[in-house]
Amino acid sequence: MASLLGRFCRKLVVPGSAHGSRMISTTACDSEAVKSLNLYSAINQALHIALETDPRSYVFGEDVGFGGVFRCTTGLAERFGKNRVFNTPLCEQGIVGFGIGLAAMGNRAVVEIQFADYIYPAFDQIVNEAAKFRYRSGNQFNCGGLTIRAPYGAVGHGGHYHSQSPEAFFCHVPGIKVVIPRSPREAKGLLLSSIRDPNPVVFFEPKWLYRQAVEEVPEHDYMIPLSQAEVIREGNDITLVGWGAQLTVMEQACLDAEKVLDFIFQLKDNWFKVSNMGLELIMQEGISCELIDLKTLLPWDKETVEASVKKTGRLLISHEAPVTGGFGAEISATILERCFLKLEAPVSRVCGLDTPFPLVFEPFYMPTKNKASSSSSLSSPLKKKRHYLIMGLHVWCRYWMQSSPLLITSHSICFFR
Amino acid sequence: MALSRLSSRSTTLLQPLATTSLLRRRHISTDTTPITVETSLPFTSHLISPPSRAVETSSQELLSFFRDMALMRRMEIAADSLYKAKLIRGFCHLYDGQEAVAIGMEAAITKRDAIITSYRDHCTFLGRGGGLFEAFSELMGRTTGCSKGKGGSMHFYKKDASFYGGHGIVGAQAPLGCGLAFAQKYSKEEAVTFTLYGDGAANQGQLFEALNIAALWDLPAVLVCENNHYGMGTAEWRSAKSPAYFKRGDYVPGLKVDGMDALAVKQACKFAKEHALKNGPIILEMDTYRYHGHSMSDPGSTYRTRDEISGVRQVRDPIDRVRKLIIAHDIATEKELKDMEKEVRKEVDAAVAQAKESPIPEPSELFSNIYVKGFGAESFGADRKELRATLP
Repeated sequence: MASLLGRFCRKLVVPGSAHGSRMISTTACDSEAVKSLNLYSAINQALHIALETDPRSYVFGEDVGFGGVFRCTTGLAERFGKNRVFNTPLCEQGIVGFGIGLAAMGNRAVVEIQFADYIYPAFDQIVNEAAKFRYRSGNQFNCGGLTIRAPYGAVGHGGHYHSQSPEAFFCHVPGIKVVIPRSPREAKGLLLSSIRDPNPVVFFEPKWLYRQAVEEVPEHDYMIPLSQAEVIREGNDITLVGWGAQLTVMEQACLDAEKVLDFIFQLKDNWFKVSNMGLELIMQEGISCELIDLKTLLPWDKETVEASVKKTGRLLISHEAPVTGGFGAEISATILERCFLKLEAPVSRVCGLDTPFPLVFEPFYMPTKNKASSSSSLSSPLKKKRHYLIMGLHVWCRYWMQSSPLLITSHSICFFR
Repeated sequence: MALSRLSSRSTTLLQPLATTSLLRRRHISTDTTPITVETSLPFTSHLISPPSRAVETSSQELLSFFRDMALMRRMEIAADSLYKAKLIRGFCHLYDGQEAVAIGMEAAITKRDAIITSYRDHCTFLGRGGGLFEAFSELMGRTTGCSKGKGGSMHFYKKDASFYGGHGIVGAQAPLGCGLAFAQKYSKEEAVTFTLYGDGAANQGQLFEALNIAALWDLPAVLVCENNHYGMGTAEWRSAKSPAYFKRGDYVPGLKVDGMDALAVKQACKFAKEHALKNGPIILEMDTYRYHGHSMSDPGSTYRTRDEISGVRQVRDPIDRVRKLIIAHDIATEKELKDMEKEVRKEVDAAVAQAKESPIPEPSELFSNIYVKGFGAESFGADRKELRATLP
């Protein structure tokens, strides 16, 4: 199962430097040939494999011929010919409708929408045609071969129309699947699964990670199962659920939460009279976070999240899309239904604000790691527990060290964050 | 014409000096005696008889064309450097090469006629009477910008000049333009709406919906296709079965115009306005060219050769055409025109400097104008527990 895989393939995440990659991961479970690739190269590789393995698959969209605006389709037209990889005019509704027709004839149509912000003219086709084709024809016809790829999400300077996260609109449509990868390795496997899945899939690619995320990606043909969430970081105190580029942010928040204040180590050297056991208890008292990558938003893996929340008792969901009506609301409601008695705090959603995606105000809008860290779920879980422990230590120290009570007090205060 | 009296506050002092100096040397710079000039090419038409090639203009008009186009050109180049200096973020779509369309159109219409265009709107804004300072402020996202810094490059608006912007989504402005035309017809305003779109947008379904509606209800809508031959990176012959965009209206008459000739554009727009007021929609195809790429992230040379770009610049440049006309008709000397260009450059630099000093919008502006004032909408903080702002 995915959760088992997660345990074996524990990722070591190095927080990205200011200039370099945002998430460099190494996995221990692959003995096949791997290559260090970024997201757009991984997707490119997946498309090459998809076209290679199925002669009736096609890639089309605006400007895909020369490689696309994000270079995801480089080399495809040269290798597979203009009959299979071709440019379309500027008409999203027409492009998706055309793809549905192609898929209805038993082909695999991989449609590229240049930016997810432009997917709305095609919304009618996706919701009213693609999602309902199999259902309304009594399974005579289907457009399962349709995969719609679109770059989504903030990129730092995208503004209103190059930064939107429309996944919530599509999660409301039974009949299609919504898949969002978090890294190059995941993207290749998930894209191949999506293309080969016998249902229409909307595949959102986090554009921020196109160049920024670099990872070892196996070169062979592999698929990652859909509708299976992955626990990418294990913990006991709180469950964090996210997808796409937001996971990198959440990982930072997890690291921050788990960190213990530096000067405790200084304390250890100086307070030789204080019992080691007491200090170790404090050092373990960071907040241990369990991070789950949902991967497929529709249909989503409720069981994995439920199991995790039953273990931890707390849930925090984070996404870039505006908080009201975002997909976090669905996760929150479902978990509430299933784990009500196990919850120790209300479900927290750290999301984008309820405004159009702003231009100059992007840093205020985005759900950053600081917002996640300071959210009540993440900062309050162990306040009480920690409080008592510190008080206990405080009393203990005063008993043992009659001198410098001031030192004790100031350090103790810092613990009450 | 209106542009010559730009609202750039810092340089209003320069303005009268320039005209008086010209007046002292020559007496025809503000002369309005008509000069007749022939357009570069005859008009090609569809379902209608084309207007004549002979355009009436005057020295004053030609000089104002020159100055205004030079200003637009200079502004776009300044925007280019500002973008590279990372003072303008986001997306920036430059109009240089296409100035004649904006200028010629303004010469034929009034401020009561509405204009609505796509994201390549900096020069259209200037043509409508917008100021350099407002334009640069908006580009850099400052409060003094025309959309208070919240729109950016793609969303310039000017309500008092009936300029309805500035639209990011390709083709979305076409049905909007027809709506504006309907309102004008309903209010019996004797005004028309010019809906501008590009050759890329010409393939959008909503354009045909708009055309049908406009024709069905005889709306005073002039649909102007600014055909710069490239929809981002795709040449027109690769995206359109019929690149004769003026004929695409089928039952709607159309006119093909040399978009690099400001006088031809003026003639065509005048003709189109008269037609639209009497008979309903008409399509104008402006055969124009952009020197820059689609946007600042596009070098513009991967899908066309540099020879092509420089070729057009040498043979068809709109500013050079007007310059030659001015010199041929003895309206001003080469040196005077160069001085004018230098002055324009100074004006632009001053506006940029002033805009750089302007403040960025307050953080509370993030939550303002989502809904109308009076309707409360609360924006929550990160986890909905903390109330960040309650809108008025």
